[in-house]
Amino acid sequence: MTETRNERLLEVNGLRKYFPIRKGFLRKVVGQVKAVDDVSFYVNEGETLGLVGESGCGKTTSGRCILRAIEPTAGEIMFRDREKGWVDIRGLPPEELKRVRQQMQIIFQDPYSSLNPRMTLLQLVGEPMIINQGIRGKEVENRVAELLTSVGLRPEYMRRYPHAFSGGQRQRIGVARALALNPRFVVCDEPVSALDVSVQAQILNLLRELQGNLGLTYLFVAHDLSVVRHIADRVAVMYVGKMVEMATTEELYPHPLHPYTEALMSAVPRPDPRAAKQRIVLEGEVADPANPPSGCYFHPRCRYAEEVCRVETPVLRELKPERFVSCHRAEALSLAGVV
Amino acid sequence: MVANMELLEVKGLRTYFPLDEGLVKAVDGADFTLYRGKTLAVVGESGCGKSVTAQSILRIVPPPGRIIEGELLYHRYLQDEKNFTMADIIDLSKLNPKGQAIRAIRGNEIAMVFQEPMTSLSPVHTMGNQIIETIMLHQKVSKAEATDRAIDILTRVGMPRPVQTVDAYPFELSGGMRQRGMIAMALSCHPSLLIADEPTTALDVTTAAQILDLMRQLQEELGMAIMYITHDLGVVAEMADETVVMYLGKVVERADVDTLFYNPQHPYTQALLRSIPRITESRRQWLEAIKGMVPDPYNLPPGCPFNTRCQYAHEACETGEPPWVEVEPNHWVRCVLHGEAARNSGRNEGVHV
Repeated sequence: MTETRNERLLEVNGLRKYFPIRKGFLRKVVGQVKAVDDVSFYVNEGETLGLVGESGCGKTTSGRCILRAIEPTAGEIMFRDREKGWVDIRGLPPEELKRVRQQMQIIFQDPYSSLNPRMTLLQLVGEPMIINQGIRGKEVENRVAELLTSVGLRPEYMRRYPHAFSGGQRQRIGVARALALNPRFVVCDEPVSALDVSVQAQILNLLRELQGNLGLTYLFVAHDLSVVRHIADRVAVMYVGKMVEMATTEELYPHPLHPYTEALMSAVPRPDPRAAKQRIVLEGEVADPANPPSGCYFHPRCRYAEEVCRVETPVLRELKPERFVSCHRAEALSLAGVV
Repeated sequence: MVANMELLEVKGLRTYFPLDEGLVKAVDGADFTLYRGKTLAVVGESGCGKSVTAQSILRIVPPPGRIIEGELLYHRYLQDEKNFTMADIIDLSKLNPKGQAIRAIRGNEIAMVFQEPMTSLSPVHTMGNQIIETIMLHQKVSKAEATDRAIDILTRVGMPRPVQTVDAYPFELSGGMRQRGMIAMALSCHPSLLIADEPTTALDVTTAAQILDLMRQLQEELGMAIMYITHDLGVVAEMADETVVMYLGKVVERADVDTLFYNPQHPYTQALLRSIPRITESRRQWLEAIKGMVPDPYNLPPGCPFNTRCQYAHEACETGEPPWVEVEPNHWVRCVLHGEAARNSGRNEGVHV
């Protein structure tokens, strides 16, 4: 693995984030919600890794832990810094973190709540430059104008407030702000799920265009499998805090190896009335991360479950190069994908 | 199966909101028909008036909104043995929104399921009490009997442990369970029409699949009509018999579901179908995005509301209302490209996907 490591930009090993459950007057810790439980993955420079799963599976928590927007409980987050090479984000002192973080940014899901309504576009997009790069006045304005143009907004609007813009335009503002410091790595946390259908395509195209022009690397967190197929080079699937499968997009969709991936893909309604309507409808609910089932977390809902699945927790293993799965029966099963 | 018996005819519905900022024409010309036991999907983006259309039917348009014009003809049927005979036709738009007549229909003959189950259920009443209240309000039954019915309907919607769930508060249930509760409440009086306003949008994919299956199965059992409001074209393809596409308060196209997906005629429908990413399509193609954005409802463009974003827009689109044309039997389009004038000048060539 060492020789390919040069192309990698981010490597996450054994990431864990436990949230304590407190009860009673003394706020005693009575349990742990294992939001992210031993997750490992990597992102190559210039590619998009899609991180998919249902709500509560820990995909957003993983994205935020990488930026240390929330403190991970355990694990190693290796990032290839422009100046110093590989650094562990988790062990960085505050000053160093501030410097490295300029290369890592995030685009949020909800463009209505993630922009301060009392700041103009100039302030919103310009603030990171003033703080981190120490530039002032006209220089900030020029740079903001440049950024707004690159995301498809008119620079004349920079003195307006977010309320004057529609959802799609606000998401463009969010993108411009994320790009303000020339990052290399951007976590896109459900960037289109709050947008209207006709605007989603515009933002997806914009993200792709910027990736091509600026050589960005994306971690694209989403629940919409159609969107992820469209934007991602590789896809990682999560279920109740664990990674169940990771593969290239070309491999994953037609040939899923994990029963959860299969069910997830078959549950997506197809916009085609003539498509065959045979769906695997999963029984029951997503497991509770505070009280997960024994063995494989997916076994109570899995139609292929056997005795071993109830007892032993599967580990994520590399079945073929670039093809990771955590299922005891991965070799034995032949699952249906989407073509 | 009952063949196309009209249940609700919506004719020229206009619902306006006179606000301080200006007049918002939330629904500005909606024409469609719902049939017994069939599903009609109403598709559109936020602000297109699809929810206000539903609110107009139930007469729960929030003030200052008002139905300005149009008819909502509800056909009431009498059932004996296996035959349905039409009893009378009620124009819902003429009823007093607070009167007895509409209250006998609302929640009883026409019921609604809302998008966000957490905000539309009462947090201080148990699931069971909310269903029992609905039953007792509309039907002369004792509380014990209503409780039995509530448990029965909860069983039907696939609620696990229905006897215990009757006494559970909404916060104790998961999103999917709450939505099942909402559906149970809506179905408790055996409505002939169920209006579902984005019932699966707030749910996860696998839970949404369960709810969609449940609604289809209940429709088969109970024979109700469903008006399904959504922005998700995948859900439309799976659920609908008939479809209506709305844009800025206007119904722009109306067709059966197969025609809508395979022979769409309105430029907006065509563009929408081309712009969505599909799970069956391999990655890395550019999406054909619709340019621009939905115009501000306070100052709509003159003429066709889609003319600012339409790739076929020309002078005629900015003057006057586009005509409502039946391009083939049961396939209606509101577009100048299909009007008489256009047909004569050959303008409608080139409109196909």
